[in-house]
Amino acid sequence: MEKELRLMKGNEAFAEAAIRAGTDGYFGYPITPQSEVMEYLMAEKPHERTGMVVLQAESEVASINMLYGGAGCGKKVMTSSSSPGISLMQEGISYMAGAELPCVILNVVRGGPGLGTIQPSQSDYSQSTKGGGHGDYRLITLAPSSVQEMYDSVKLGYELAFKYRNPVLVLSDGAIGQMMEKVEIDAQVERLSEEQIREQHPWATLGRHNGRERNIITSLDLDPARQERHNEALQRKYKEVEEKEVRYEKINCDDADYIFVAYGTSARICQKSMQLAREKGIKVGLFRPITLFPFPKKELHEMAGQVKGILSVEMSAGQMIEDILLAVEGKVKVEHYGRMGGIIPAPGEVVDALEQKIVKG
Amino acid sequence: MTEEIIIAGFGGQGVLSMGKILAYSGIMQDQEVSWMPSYGPEMRGGTANVTVILSDDRISSPILTEYDSAIILNQQSMDKFEPMVKPGGLLLYDPNGITRHPERKDIKICKIEASKEAANMGLRKIFNMIVLGGYLKVKPLVEMENVIKGLKKSLPERYHHMIPDNEKAITRGLEIVEEVHAA
Repeated sequence: MEKELRLMKGNEAFAEAAIRAGTDGYFGYPITPQSEVMEYLMAEKPHERTGMVVLQAESEVASINMLYGGAGCGKKVMTSSSSPGISLMQEGISYMAGAELPCVILNVVRGGPGLGTIQPSQSDYSQSTKGGGHGDYRLITLAPSSVQEMYDSVKLGYELAFKYRNPVLVLSDGAIGQMMEKVEIDAQVERLSEEQIREQHPWATLGRHNGRERNIITSLDLDPARQERHNEALQRKYKEVEEKEVRYEKINCDDADYIFVAYGTSARICQKSMQLAREKGIKVGLFRPITLFPFPKKELHEMAGQVKGILSVEMSAGQMIEDILLAVEGKVKVEHYGRMGGIIPAPGEVVDALEQKIVKG
Repeated sequence: MTEEIIIAGFGGQGVLSMGKILAYSGIMQDQEVSWMPSYGPEMRGGTANVTVILSDDRISSPILTEYDSAIILNQQSMDKFEPMVKPGGLLLYDPNGITRHPERKDIKICKIEASKEAANMGLRKIFNMIVLGGYLKVKPLVEMENVIKGLKKSLPERYHHMIPDNEKAITRGLEIVEEVHAA
Protein backbone atom coordinates (compact mmCIF):
# COMPACT_ATOMS: atom_id res chain seq x y z
CA MET A 1 0.00 0.00 0.00
CA GLU A 2 1.28 3.44 -0.92
CA LYS A 3 1.69 5.47 2.21
CA GLU A 4 -1.07 7.99 2.76
CA LEU A 5 -0.04 11.50 3.79
CA ARG A 6 -2.45 13.98 5.28
CA LEU A 7 -2.26 17.47 6.72
CA MET A 8 -3.93 17.23 10.11
CA LYS A 9 -4.21 18.94 13.46
CA GLY A 10 -2.68 17.06 16.38
CA ASN A 11 -6.14 16.47 17.81
CA GLU A 12 -7.48 15.13 14.51
CA ALA A 13 -4.44 12.90 14.03
CA PHE A 14 -5.01 11.42 17.50
CA ALA A 15 -8.66 10.75 16.63
CA GLU A 16 -7.86 9.10 13.28
CA ALA A 17 -5.19 7.01 14.99
CA ALA A 18 -7.78 5.92 17.53
CA ILE A 19 -9.96 4.48 14.79
CA ARG A 20 -6.98 2.91 12.97
CA ALA A 21 -5.63 1.30 16.14
CA GLY A 22 -8.83 -0.72 16.54
CA THR A 23 -10.23 1.19 19.50
CA ASP A 24 -13.48 -0.25 20.82
CA GLY A 25 -14.74 2.82 22.62
CA TYR A 26 -14.06 6.53 23.01
CA PHE A 27 -15.81 8.36 25.85
CA GLY A 28 -15.28 12.07 26.31
CA TYR A 29 -16.58 15.50 27.09
CA PRO A 30 -15.75 18.66 25.12
CA ILE A 31 -13.21 21.19 26.32
CA THR A 32 -10.91 23.62 24.50
CA PRO A 33 -8.23 23.07 23.18
CA GLN A 34 -9.03 19.39 22.74
CA SER A 35 -12.55 19.41 21.30
CA GLU A 36 -11.46 18.44 17.77
CA VAL A 37 -10.79 14.90 18.98
CA MET A 38 -14.45 14.14 19.57
CA GLU A 39 -15.62 16.43 16.74
CA TYR A 40 -13.47 14.48 14.30
CA LEU A 41 -14.67 11.14 15.66
CA MET A 42 -18.33 12.19 15.48
CA ALA A 43 -17.88 13.37 11.87
CA GLU A 44 -16.01 10.22 10.83
CA LYS A 45 -18.71 7.91 12.23
CA PRO A 46 -16.26 5.14 13.15
CA HIS A 47 -19.17 2.84 14.10
CA GLU A 48 -19.66 2.56 10.33
CA ARG A 49 -15.94 1.99 9.66
CA THR A 50 -14.96 -0.42 12.44
CA GLY A 51 -17.86 -0.65 14.88
CA MET A 52 -16.08 1.64 17.34
CA VAL A 53 -18.33 3.38 19.86
CA VAL A 54 -17.97 7.15 20.28
CA LEU A 55 -19.96 8.64 23.11
CA GLN A 56 -20.20 12.10 24.58
CA ALA A 57 -20.63 11.39 28.27
CA GLU A 58 -22.44 13.71 30.68
CA SER A 59 -19.17 14.72 32.31
CA GLU A 60 -15.50 13.82 32.56
CA VAL A 61 -16.24 11.84 35.72
CA ALA A 62 -18.69 9.72 33.75
CA SER A 63 -16.32 9.24 30.81
CA ILE A 64 -13.43 7.94 32.91
CA ASN A 65 -15.78 5.49 34.64
CA MET A 66 -17.00 4.30 31.24
CA LEU A 67 -13.34 3.58 30.50
CA TYR A 68 -13.18 1.56 33.72
CA GLY A 69 -16.10 -0.55 32.56
CA GLY A 70 -14.84 -1.02 29.02
CA ALA A 71 -11.28 -1.78 30.08
CA GLY A 72 -12.55 -4.31 32.63
CA CYS A 73 -13.98 -6.23 29.66
CA GLY A 74 -10.57 -6.19 27.97
CA LYS A 75 -11.65 -3.59 25.40
CA LYS A 76 -9.42 -0.92 23.92
CA VAL A 77 -10.84 2.27 25.39
CA MET A 78 -9.74 5.87 25.48
CA THR A 79 -10.70 9.36 26.46
CA SER A 80 -9.32 12.82 25.88
CA SER A 81 -9.67 16.10 27.68
CA SER A 82 -7.75 19.17 28.72
CA SER A 83 -6.37 20.05 32.12
CA PRO A 84 -9.51 20.92 34.17
CA GLY A 85 -11.27 17.87 32.73
CA ILE A 86 -8.31 15.62 33.52
CA SER A 87 -8.38 16.87 37.12
CA LEU A 88 -12.01 15.75 37.34
CA MET A 89 -10.98 12.27 36.15
CA GLN A 90 -8.30 11.72 38.78
CA GLU A 91 -10.41 9.54 41.07
CA GLY A 92 -11.28 7.22 38.19
CA ILE A 93 -7.68 7.12 36.97
CA SER A 94 -6.49 6.12 40.45
CA TYR A 95 -9.11 3.34 40.50
CA MET A 96 -7.94 2.11 37.10
CA ALA A 97 -4.32 2.08 38.23
CA GLY A 98 -5.39 0.16 41.36
CA ALA A 99 -7.47 -2.31 39.38
CA GLU A 100 -4.67 -2.58 36.77
CA LEU A 101 -6.79 -1.59 33.81
CA PRO A 102 -5.30 -0.57 30.46
CA CYS A 103 -6.51 2.56 28.71
CA VAL A 104 -5.20 5.59 26.82
CA ILE A 105 -5.93 9.07 28.16
CA LEU A 106 -5.00 12.21 26.21
CA ASN A 107 -4.43 15.49 28.03
CA VAL A 108 -4.16 18.48 25.68
CA VAL A 109 -2.82 20.74 28.38
CA ARG A 110 -3.98 24.35 28.86
CA GLY A 111 -2.78 26.87 31.40
CA GLY A 112 -3.98 26.59 35.00
CA PRO A 113 -4.58 26.52 37.89
CA GLY A 114 -8.37 26.31 37.94
CA LEU A 115 -10.07 27.16 34.66
CA GLY A 116 -6.93 29.12 33.84
CA THR A 117 -6.80 29.79 30.12
CA ILE A 118 -7.37 27.92 26.87
CA GLN A 119 -3.82 28.59 25.63
CA PRO A 120 -1.07 25.93 25.71
CA SER A 121 0.87 25.08 28.83
CA GLN A 122 2.94 22.26 30.34
CA SER A 123 1.93 22.80 33.95
CA ASP A 124 0.40 19.33 34.36
CA TYR A 125 3.76 17.51 34.37
CA SER A 126 3.69 16.65 38.06
CA GLN A 127 0.05 15.58 37.98
CA SER A 128 0.80 13.27 35.04
CA THR A 129 4.05 11.70 36.18
CA LYS A 130 3.66 11.48 39.95
CA GLY A 131 0.26 9.88 40.08
CA GLY A 132 -2.30 12.66 40.05
CA GLY A 133 -4.95 10.93 42.10
CA HIS A 134 -4.57 9.25 45.50
CA GLY A 135 -2.42 6.25 46.31
CA ASP A 136 1.00 4.99 45.26
CA TYR A 137 0.68 4.66 41.52
CA ARG A 138 2.21 5.81 38.26
CA LEU A 139 0.90 6.43 34.78
CA ILE A 140 3.07 5.61 31.80
CA THR A 141 3.36 9.13 30.36
CA LEU A 142 4.16 9.83 26.70
CA ALA A 143 5.05 13.31 25.47
CA PRO A 144 4.55 13.76 21.71
CA SER A 145 6.24 16.79 20.17
CA SER A 146 4.81 16.63 16.65
CA VAL A 147 1.53 15.79 15.01
CA GLN A 148 3.02 12.52 13.73
CA GLU A 149 3.94 11.60 17.29
CA MET A 150 0.41 12.44 18.42
CA TYR A 151 -0.77 9.91 15.85
CA ASP A 152 1.82 7.31 16.85
CA SER A 153 1.14 7.72 20.57
CA VAL A 154 -2.19 5.90 20.25
CA LYS A 155 -0.73 2.63 19.01
CA LEU A 156 2.26 2.82 21.33
CA GLY A 157 -0.09 3.82 24.16
CA TYR A 158 -2.23 0.70 23.74
CA GLU A 159 0.83 -1.53 23.42
CA LEU A 160 2.21 -0.32 26.73
CA ALA A 161 -1.18 -0.13 28.44
CA PHE A 162 -1.95 -3.77 27.68
CA LYS A 163 1.60 -5.02 28.21
CA TYR A 164 1.64 -3.62 31.75
CA ARG A 165 -2.11 -3.46 32.42
CA ASN A 166 -1.79 0.20 33.33
CA PRO A 167 -3.34 3.47 32.16
CA VAL A 168 -1.19 5.40 29.68
CA LEU A 169 -1.38 9.18 29.66
CA VAL A 170 -0.47 11.10 26.51
CA LEU A 171 0.68 14.52 27.69
CA SER A 172 0.24 16.93 24.82
CA ASP A 173 -0.55 20.63 24.86
CA GLY A 174 -2.72 23.19 23.12
CA ALA A 175 -0.10 24.03 20.52
CA ILE A 176 0.42 20.46 19.30
CA GLY A 177 -3.31 19.81 19.47
CA GLN A 178 -4.11 22.81 17.29
CA MET A 179 -1.27 22.82 14.79
CA MET A 180 -1.30 20.96 11.50
CA GLU A 181 1.58 18.93 10.15
CA LYS A 182 2.13 16.09 7.73
CA VAL A 183 0.96 12.74 9.05
CA GLU A 184 1.62 9.31 7.64
CA ILE A 185 -1.51 7.23 8.08
CA ASP A 186 -1.07 3.49 8.60
CA ALA A 187 -3.29 0.54 7.85
CA GLN A 188 -6.43 -0.26 9.81
CA VAL A 189 -5.92 -2.61 12.76
CA GLU A 190 -8.96 -4.83 13.19
CA ARG A 191 -10.85 -4.60 16.49
CA LEU A 192 -10.48 -7.76 18.56
CA SER A 193 -13.35 -10.21 18.68
CA GLU A 194 -14.58 -11.41 22.08
CA GLU A 195 -12.83 -14.71 21.41
CA GLN A 196 -9.54 -12.92 20.77
CA ILE A 197 -9.97 -10.82 23.92
CA ARG A 198 -10.55 -13.99 25.99
CA GLU A 199 -7.40 -15.48 24.54
CA GLN A 200 -5.15 -12.41 24.78
CA HIS A 201 -6.48 -10.93 28.04
CA PRO A 202 -7.51 -13.85 30.24
CA TRP A 203 -8.09 -11.42 33.14
CA ALA A 204 -10.96 -9.66 31.34
CA THR A 205 -14.49 -9.96 32.70
CA LEU A 206 -16.36 -11.20 29.68
CA GLY A 207 -18.41 -13.83 31.49
CA ARG A 208 -17.19 -17.11 33.00
CA HIS A 209 -16.01 -19.54 30.43
CA ASN A 210 -15.12 -23.23 30.47
CA GLY A 211 -15.56 -23.44 34.23
CA ARG A 212 -12.63 -21.14 35.03
CA GLU A 213 -12.38 -19.14 38.28
CA ARG A 214 -14.18 -15.83 38.46
CA ASN A 215 -12.21 -12.82 37.23
CA ILE A 216 -12.49 -9.89 39.60
CA ILE A 217 -11.70 -6.33 38.62
CA THR A 218 -11.42 -4.14 41.69
CA SER A 219 -9.16 -1.66 43.41
CA LEU A 220 -10.60 -2.56 46.83
CA ASP A 221 -9.04 -5.07 49.20
CA LEU A 222 -9.71 -4.47 52.88
CA ASP A 223 -7.14 -7.01 54.05
CA PRO A 224 -3.99 -4.94 54.73
CA ALA A 225 -1.61 -7.85 54.11
CA ARG A 226 -3.10 -8.58 50.70
CA GLN A 227 -3.34 -4.87 49.91
CA GLU A 228 0.34 -4.47 50.74
CA ARG A 229 1.25 -7.39 48.47
CA HIS A 230 -0.84 -5.79 45.73
CA ASN A 231 1.02 -2.50 46.22
CA GLU A 232 4.36 -4.28 46.13
CA ALA A 233 3.38 -5.94 42.87
CA LEU A 234 2.42 -2.55 41.43
CA GLN A 235 5.76 -1.10 42.47
CA ARG A 236 7.61 -4.01 40.84
CA LYS A 237 5.65 -3.31 37.67
CA TYR A 238 6.58 0.40 37.72
CA LYS A 239 10.20 -0.57 38.25
CA GLU A 240 10.09 -2.88 35.26
CA VAL A 241 8.57 -0.05 33.22
CA GLU A 242 11.45 2.18 34.34
CA GLU A 243 13.97 -0.45 33.26
CA LYS A 244 12.46 -1.30 29.89
CA GLU A 245 10.39 1.51 28.48
CA VAL A 246 12.50 4.68 28.60
CA ARG A 247 12.30 6.62 25.34
CA TYR A 248 14.11 9.83 24.44
CA GLU A 249 15.76 11.67 21.57
CA LYS A 250 19.12 13.43 21.52
CA ILE A 251 19.83 16.15 18.96
CA ASN A 252 23.31 17.65 18.58
CA CYS A 253 24.34 16.39 22.00
CA ASP A 254 27.67 14.83 20.97
CA ASP A 255 29.70 18.04 20.83
CA ALA A 256 27.49 20.05 23.19
CA ASP A 257 28.81 22.15 26.07
CA TYR A 258 25.26 22.73 27.29
CA ILE A 259 21.95 20.99 26.85
CA PHE A 260 18.32 21.93 26.81
CA VAL A 261 15.99 19.37 28.32
CA ALA A 262 12.50 19.83 26.96
CA TYR A 263 9.49 17.83 25.79
CA GLY A 264 6.41 18.56 23.65
CA THR A 265 6.06 22.08 22.27
CA SER A 266 9.02 23.33 24.32
CA ALA A 267 11.23 20.77 22.60
CA ARG A 268 10.21 22.23 19.24
CA ILE A 269 10.98 25.76 20.43
CA CYS A 270 14.33 24.54 21.75
CA GLN A 271 15.28 23.06 18.37
CA LYS A 272 15.08 26.56 16.95
CA SER A 273 16.83 28.04 20.00
CA MET A 274 19.59 25.49 19.46
CA GLN A 275 20.12 26.72 15.88
CA LEU A 276 20.15 30.35 17.04
CA ALA A 277 22.59 29.63 19.89
CA ARG A 278 24.93 27.68 17.60
CA GLU A 279 24.96 30.62 15.17
CA LYS A 280 26.26 32.65 18.12
CA GLY A 281 28.91 30.04 18.85
CA ILE A 282 27.24 28.46 21.88
CA LYS A 283 27.36 24.69 21.47
CA VAL A 284 24.05 23.50 22.82
CA GLY A 285 22.18 20.26 22.24
CA LEU A 286 18.67 19.08 22.96
CA PHE A 287 17.74 16.13 25.14
CA ARG A 288 14.08 15.35 24.60
CA PRO A 289 12.34 12.87 26.90
CA ILE A 290 9.62 11.04 24.97
CA THR A 291 8.52 9.10 28.04
CA LEU A 292 8.13 11.35 31.09
CA PHE A 293 7.38 8.34 33.26
CA PRO A 294 9.61 6.41 32.98
CA PHE A 295 11.92 9.45 33.01
CA PRO A 296 15.27 8.93 31.23
CA LYS A 297 17.24 9.26 34.49
CA LYS A 298 20.22 7.10 33.62
CA GLU A 299 20.74 8.74 30.24
CA LEU A 300 20.58 12.24 31.72
CA HIS A 301 22.93 11.22 34.50
CA GLU A 302 25.46 10.19 31.86
CA MET A 303 24.95 13.41 29.89
CA ALA A 304 25.50 15.43 33.06
CA GLY A 305 29.09 14.28 33.21
CA GLN A 306 29.76 15.55 29.70
CA VAL A 307 28.30 19.09 29.76
CA LYS A 308 28.78 22.33 31.68
CA GLY A 309 25.14 23.08 32.33
CA ILE A 310 21.55 22.06 31.69
CA LEU A 311 18.58 24.34 31.04
CA SER A 312 15.20 22.75 31.60
CA VAL A 313 12.65 24.47 29.37
CA GLU A 314 8.99 23.89 30.16
CA MET A 315 5.87 26.06 29.91
CA SER A 316 5.43 25.95 33.68
CA ALA A 317 6.93 27.31 36.88
CA GLY A 318 9.41 24.41 36.77
CA GLN A 319 8.08 20.91 37.37
CA MET A 320 10.26 18.60 35.24
CA ILE A 321 13.39 20.23 36.69
CA GLU A 322 12.82 18.22 39.89
CA ASP A 323 13.28 14.98 37.95
CA ILE A 324 16.35 16.37 36.18
CA LEU A 325 17.90 17.38 39.51
CA LEU A 326 17.30 13.88 40.88
CA ALA A 327 18.82 12.35 37.75
CA VAL A 328 22.00 14.43 37.63
CA GLU A 329 22.66 14.20 41.40
CA GLY A 330 24.39 17.57 41.57
CA LYS A 331 26.96 16.71 38.91
CA VAL A 332 26.16 19.83 36.91
CA LYS A 333 24.28 23.10 37.20
CA VAL A 334 20.60 22.85 36.28
CA GLU A 335 18.24 25.80 35.87
CA HIS A 336 14.66 26.20 34.70
CA TYR A 337 13.25 28.58 32.13
CA GLY A 338 9.57 28.77 31.29
CA ARG A 339 6.55 30.92 30.69
CA MET A 340 3.19 30.44 32.32
CA GLY A 341 -0.45 31.27 31.77
CA GLY A 342 -0.58 30.14 28.16
CA ILE A 343 2.43 32.10 26.90
CA ILE A 344 4.73 30.16 24.56
CA PRO A 345 8.36 31.25 24.91
CA ALA A 346 10.00 32.60 21.77
CA PRO A 347 13.11 30.74 20.54
CA GLY A 348 15.23 33.88 21.12
CA GLU A 349 14.22 34.33 24.73
CA VAL A 350 15.22 30.74 25.47
CA VAL A 351 18.70 31.52 24.09
CA ASP A 352 18.85 34.63 26.32
CA ALA A 353 17.87 32.50 29.32
CA LEU A 354 20.59 29.96 28.47
CA GLU A 355 23.19 32.71 28.32
CA GLN A 356 22.12 34.41 31.51
CA LYS A 357 21.30 31.44 33.71
CA ILE A 358 23.83 28.87 32.52
CA VAL A 359 26.60 30.19 30.27
CA LYS A 360 27.39 33.31 32.32
CA GLY A 361 25.94 32.10 35.61
CA MET B 1 15.14 25.62 1.77
CA THR B 2 13.06 26.80 4.71
CA GLU B 3 10.42 29.51 4.34
CA GLU B 4 8.75 30.88 7.46
CA ILE B 5 5.51 32.66 6.62
CA ILE B 6 2.90 34.58 8.60
CA ILE B 7 -0.52 35.14 7.02
CA ALA B 8 -2.66 37.62 8.95
CA GLY B 9 -5.95 39.39 8.50
CA PHE B 10 -9.56 39.40 9.68
CA GLY B 11 -11.43 36.24 10.62
CA GLY B 12 -13.49 35.25 7.57
CA GLN B 13 -10.98 36.40 4.96
CA GLY B 14 -9.80 32.87 4.42
CA VAL B 15 -6.46 33.36 6.16
CA LEU B 16 -6.44 29.90 7.75
CA SER B 17 -7.59 28.12 4.59
CA MET B 18 -5.02 29.92 2.45
CA GLY B 19 -2.39 28.66 4.87
CA LYS B 20 -3.81 25.18 4.73
CA ILE B 21 -3.75 25.08 0.92
CA LEU B 22 -0.17 26.37 0.91
CA ALA B 23 0.84 23.72 3.46
CA TYR B 24 -0.91 20.95 1.51
CA SER B 25 0.86 22.12 -1.66
CA GLY B 26 4.14 21.72 0.23
CA ILE B 27 3.24 18.13 1.15
CA MET B 28 2.48 17.43 -2.53
CA GLN B 29 6.00 18.63 -3.26
CA ASP B 30 7.54 16.33 -0.63
CA GLN B 31 8.30 19.16 1.77
CA GLU B 32 7.97 19.19 5.54
CA VAL B 33 5.22 21.59 6.60
CA SER B 34 3.65 23.09 9.68
CA TRP B 35 0.52 25.22 10.11
CA MET B 36 0.06 26.91 13.45
CA PRO B 37 -3.02 29.09 13.90
CA SER B 38 -3.80 31.62 16.55
CA TYR B 39 -6.75 30.11 18.32
CA GLY B 40 -9.09 31.11 21.07
CA PRO B 41 -11.08 34.30 21.54
CA GLU B 42 -9.37 35.97 18.56
CA MET B 43 -10.84 33.30 16.31
CA ARG B 44 -14.36 34.49 17.08
CA GLY B 45 -14.26 37.60 14.90
CA GLY B 46 -11.39 40.03 15.01
CA THR B 47 -7.95 39.15 13.78
CA ALA B 48 -6.82 35.72 12.63
CA ASN B 49 -3.35 34.62 11.76
CA VAL B 50 -1.48 31.47 10.89
CA THR B 51 2.21 30.61 10.74
CA VAL B 52 3.06 28.31 7.84
CA ILE B 53 6.51 26.79 7.44
CA LEU B 54 7.67 24.91 4.34
CA SER B 55 11.03 23.23 4.54
CA ASP B 56 13.23 20.55 3.02
CA ASP B 57 14.31 19.61 6.56
CA ARG B 58 12.60 18.68 9.79
CA ILE B 59 10.80 21.75 11.12
CA SER B 60 11.91 23.06 14.49
CA SER B 61 9.68 25.62 16.18
CA PRO B 62 6.21 26.02 14.63
CA ILE B 63 5.87 29.28 16.57
CA LEU B 64 8.07 32.19 15.59
CA THR B 65 8.74 35.86 16.19
CA GLU B 66 10.51 36.60 12.87
CA TYR B 67 9.34 35.67 9.40
CA ASP B 68 10.77 35.36 5.89
CA SER B 69 7.41 36.38 4.44
CA ALA B 70 4.41 38.25 5.82
CA ILE B 71 1.10 38.26 3.97
CA ILE B 72 -0.90 41.10 5.50
CA LEU B 73 -4.60 41.65 4.96
CA ASN B 74 -5.62 44.29 7.50
CA GLN B 75 -4.23 47.28 9.38
CA GLN B 76 -3.93 45.60 12.79
CA SER B 77 -1.83 42.86 11.23
CA MET B 78 0.31 45.43 9.42
CA ASP B 79 1.04 47.17 12.72
CA LYS B 80 1.84 43.89 14.42
CA PHE B 81 3.82 42.01 11.78
CA GLU B 82 5.66 44.60 9.66
CA PRO B 83 8.40 44.89 12.31
CA MET B 84 8.68 41.08 12.50
CA VAL B 85 9.78 40.50 8.89
CA LYS B 86 13.44 39.47 8.71
CA PRO B 87 15.73 41.99 6.96
CA GLY B 88 15.71 41.07 3.27
CA GLY B 89 12.35 39.33 3.71
CA LEU B 90 9.07 39.94 1.93
CA LEU B 91 5.91 41.78 2.91
CA LEU B 92 2.91 41.28 0.61
CA TYR B 93 -0.27 43.21 1.36
CA ASP B 94 -3.66 44.11 0.05
CA PRO B 95 -4.03 47.91 0.30
CA ASN B 96 -7.80 47.61 0.80
CA GLY B 97 -8.53 49.12 4.24
CA ILE B 98 -4.88 49.94 4.89
CA THR B 99 -4.43 53.45 6.29
CA ARG B 100 -0.72 53.25 7.06
CA HIS B 101 1.28 51.64 4.30
CA PRO B 102 4.46 49.68 5.08
CA GLU B 103 7.50 51.87 5.62
CA ARG B 104 10.46 49.56 5.97
CA LYS B 105 13.31 50.00 3.49
CA ASP B 106 15.22 46.79 4.29
CA ILE B 107 12.58 44.38 3.02
CA LYS B 108 10.87 43.71 -0.28
CA ILE B 109 7.33 45.09 -0.36
CA CYS B 110 4.67 43.95 -2.81
CA LYS B 111 1.01 44.78 -3.04
CA ILE B 112 -1.95 43.02 -4.54
CA GLU B 113 -5.39 44.57 -5.05
CA ALA B 114 -7.04 41.24 -4.31
CA SER B 115 -10.30 42.34 -2.70
CA LYS B 116 -10.96 44.82 -5.51
CA GLU B 117 -10.16 42.15 -8.11
CA ALA B 118 -12.32 39.52 -6.39
CA ALA B 119 -15.25 41.96 -6.46
CA ASN B 120 -14.61 42.70 -10.15
CA MET B 121 -14.56 39.00 -10.93
CA GLY B 122 -17.78 38.54 -8.95
CA LEU B 123 -16.01 35.92 -6.84
CA ARG B 124 -15.53 37.48 -3.41
CA LYS B 125 -15.06 34.07 -1.76
CA ILE B 126 -11.85 33.33 -3.65
CA PHE B 127 -10.17 36.57 -2.57
CA ASN B 128 -7.64 34.54 -0.62
CA MET B 129 -6.65 32.51 -3.69
CA ILE B 130 -5.85 35.72 -5.58
CA VAL B 131 -3.53 36.63 -2.72
CA LEU B 132 -1.98 33.16 -2.77
CA GLY B 133 -1.39 33.42 -6.53
CA GLY B 134 0.31 36.77 -6.02
CA TYR B 135 2.47 35.37 -3.25
CA LEU B 136 3.58 32.40 -5.35
CA LYS B 137 4.50 34.72 -8.20
CA VAL B 138 6.90 36.59 -5.90
CA LYS B 139 8.01 33.46 -4.00
CA PRO B 140 7.69 30.40 -6.26
CA LEU B 141 8.00 27.93 -3.37
CA VAL B 142 5.77 25.27 -4.88
CA GLU B 143 4.97 24.23 -8.46
CA MET B 144 1.55 25.27 -9.68
CA GLU B 145 0.52 21.65 -10.33
CA ASN B 146 1.21 20.89 -6.67
CA VAL B 147 -0.88 23.88 -5.61
CA ILE B 148 -3.81 22.47 -7.57
CA LYS B 149 -3.23 19.06 -5.97
CA GLY B 150 -3.05 20.77 -2.57
CA LEU B 151 -6.28 22.59 -3.29
CA LYS B 152 -8.00 19.30 -4.12
CA LYS B 153 -6.70 17.66 -0.97
CA SER B 154 -7.69 20.48 1.33
CA LEU B 155 -11.16 21.20 -0.04
CA PRO B 156 -13.91 18.77 0.95
CA GLU B 157 -15.30 16.99 -2.11
CA ARG B 158 -18.58 18.88 -1.96
CA TYR B 159 -16.61 22.03 -2.87
CA HIS B 160 -14.61 20.48 -5.71
CA HIS B 161 -16.88 22.17 -8.27
CA MET B 162 -15.27 25.44 -7.10
CA ILE B 163 -11.76 24.35 -8.05
CA PRO B 164 -11.85 25.96 -11.53
CA ASP B 165 -12.78 29.33 -9.94
CA ASN B 166 -9.97 28.91 -7.44
CA GLU B 167 -7.52 28.17 -10.24
CA LYS B 168 -8.72 31.24 -12.11
CA ALA B 169 -8.20 33.33 -8.98
CA ILE B 170 -4.66 32.02 -8.46
CA THR B 171 -3.81 32.80 -12.09
CA ARG B 172 -5.26 36.31 -11.75
CA GLY B 173 -3.16 36.82 -8.62
CA LEU B 174 -0.02 35.94 -10.57
CA GLU B 175 -0.88 38.66 -13.06
CA ILE B 176 -1.80 41.55 -10.78
CA VAL B 177 0.78 41.45 -8.00
CA GLU B 178 3.07 44.53 -8.07
CA GLU B 179 6.41 45.26 -6.51
CA VAL B 180 6.35 48.49 -4.48
CA HIS B 181 9.84 48.41 -3.07
CA ALA B 182 12.83 46.13 -3.67
CA ALA B 183 14.76 44.91 -0.62
